[in-house]
Amino acid sequence: MRHRNLPLLVTAAICGLLYLAGGVGYGWFSKPVVLVNLFTDNAFLGVAAIGLTFVILAGGIDLSVGAVVGCVSISSALLIEQHEWPPSAVVALMLGSGLVFGTIMGCLIHFFELQPFLVTLAGMFFCRGLGLVLSQESVSITHPLVEDAAAWSLPAEAEVSIKIVSILFLGALAVGMAFLFWSRFGRNIYALGGSETSALLMGLRVAQTKIGVYGLSGFCSALAGVVYTIYTSSGNATAATGLELDAIAAVVVGGTLLSGGVGHLAGTLMGVLIFGIIQTLITFQGTLSSWWTRILIGLLLLGFILLQRFLQRRRT
Amino acid sequence: MNWRNLRWPLAALGLLLLFNLVFTPGFFHFELKEGRLYGSLIDILNRAAPVMLLSLGMTLVIATGGVDLSVGAIMAMAGAVGALLINAGCPVALAITAALAGATMAGLWNGALVGPLQVPPIVATLILMVSGRGIAQLLTNGQIITFENRAFEYIGRGHLAGVPFPIFLVAGCFLILHRSLTRTAAGLFIEACGDNELASRYAGVHTRLVKFIVYGASGLCAGLAGLIVATDIKGADANNAGLYLELDAILAVVLGGTALAGGRAHLGGSLLGAALIQTLTTTILTRVSPHFTLVVKSAVIIGVCLLQAPKFRQLVLRWRHAS
Repeated sequence: MRHRNLPLLVTAAICGLLYLAGGVGYGWFSKPVVLVNLFTDNAFLGVAAIGLTFVILAGGIDLSVGAVVGCVSISSALLIEQHEWPPSAVVALMLGSGLVFGTIMGCLIHFFELQPFLVTLAGMFFCRGLGLVLSQESVSITHPLVEDAAAWSLPAEAEVSIKIVSILFLGALAVGMAFLFWSRFGRNIYALGGSETSALLMGLRVAQTKIGVYGLSGFCSALAGVVYTIYTSSGNATAATGLELDAIAAVVVGGTLLSGGVGHLAGTLMGVLIFGIIQTLITFQGTLSSWWTRILIGLLLLGFILLQRFLQRRRT
Repeated sequence: MNWRNLRWPLAALGLLLLFNLVFTPGFFHFELKEGRLYGSLIDILNRAAPVMLLSLGMTLVIATGGVDLSVGAIMAMAGAVGALLINAGCPVALAITAALAGATMAGLWNGALVGPLQVPPIVATLILMVSGRGIAQLLTNGQIITFENRAFEYIGRGHLAGVPFPIFLVAGCFLILHRSLTRTAAGLFIEACGDNELASRYAGVHTRLVKFIVYGASGLCAGLAGLIVATDIKGADANNAGLYLELDAILAVVLGGTALAGGRAHLGGSLLGAALIQTLTTTILTRVSPHFTLVVKSAVIIGVCLLQAPKFRQLVLRWRHAS
């Protein structure tokens, strides 16, 4: 049981070390505003990563998250700006469609035993294409309610204030954690990821759980799209290209085993923070180009995958 | 070659061509201008060349039961290396060799992770997919590196006997790989590896070495595809070269009848699949928004996968019996 938590501990250590290193290297870095901005700037990545954590815990993969964010972003901007829908109705429609979209992918994966990565790849094509067919131009939103939501912060007018997108992120994280720890659905996810055959033989609801995680991931991606739309106050069909990779990286760096069954949402939070800290450090450093973010994330991913490999080998 | 497996893609390609025969005027028109052959069909083959090359490498990888997600990033890296060396005044042969060697090394890196270290293929190749494009952007400093060199540009823009040169590259690669699969034990080893890894290891097949080499071959094919793409536009674009092409390559392989579960390799089918994708893209492009192709592609992937899925076939059979 102890070495199961080792990846999580390593993640926490890296996260803390990176933050301290930033604080030592750059005086500005230890200011609370930087920490708060980490949550604001990575909120949509975090929300998408929460959904993905559920899928990966259940032993699957979802490559459609980035495309769903783009599609939700452009369609909500078009609905609000050109068709004058009230934003609340748009948000409800988007979250509902995300849930339905994910559920359809889950059904294809479960009932026809198609490969998850292929089905969600098709989902990615579909959403990206749909978004681009709707509009290739970025559409800015001038609706007062959306502008208010983007400008709203707690406490208002202070130097360090929490934006609505970070509250959405932390809220989603809290709900997700509660769901994972205290609901039957959450425990079924761990059982399914551990071994599908055992879960089936134990009489757990495998079909419901498997389809459910993809539905949940679709919902989270749609929520991430809403967060992105509020964050940028605009809709863009090419938004969040490659987000699925960042999200997978965040989940894996957060200590979740890609083979499923082992992991925590707290780890995902730390994975997202590590991603954000690396990005901020590179910005602070100034001379390193932003491409280094990708390379460093790739290296971290490699390190964690090798660590997972090592742990799995020791267990067997 | 087993033609039975090619029924569906052949039928689909036939239907598409028939559609174009009726609705696209001049689709089957060929023209010889200044000693070069022009026409929609030649254009389709030429444009499909990069995906065809990728799909050849991908067929081998999928036949071992794996998948290579990093080919798009490897394409970008190979193009960047080639362009930088040409601009630095290197001889063309050296630039090409260095770019291909780099791509092969990148492929072997994947192979080392999947083979000896036994990391799941999707995860192992994901690393290079994420960081490979970053490395390419680092090499080019995020700029599009343009170059002027007639000999180097011949790879993507040249014509041999009136036919675009990339088509010959594809044909050459296909012949080499097809020969080595059918005339040597390599094909047997690769398919055995994907069919039942444990059994083939007990039978004495060095499965880890086979995987190591197969990913290297996929990297080499991707490198060649990257050179074609870069020389075609006379520039290495680290951001967009090969973007999403890994998906097209996987789709081509699946369309060509190679099951994703591994154990079978149909090189010819993959070429046909790539041609089918490009014909579909060209057919759609001449009519509606280019981005609609993405939506259609997604429908095609799901449709083909459903046709291949045993569960779906059972369902259809049962439904037929009932009615």
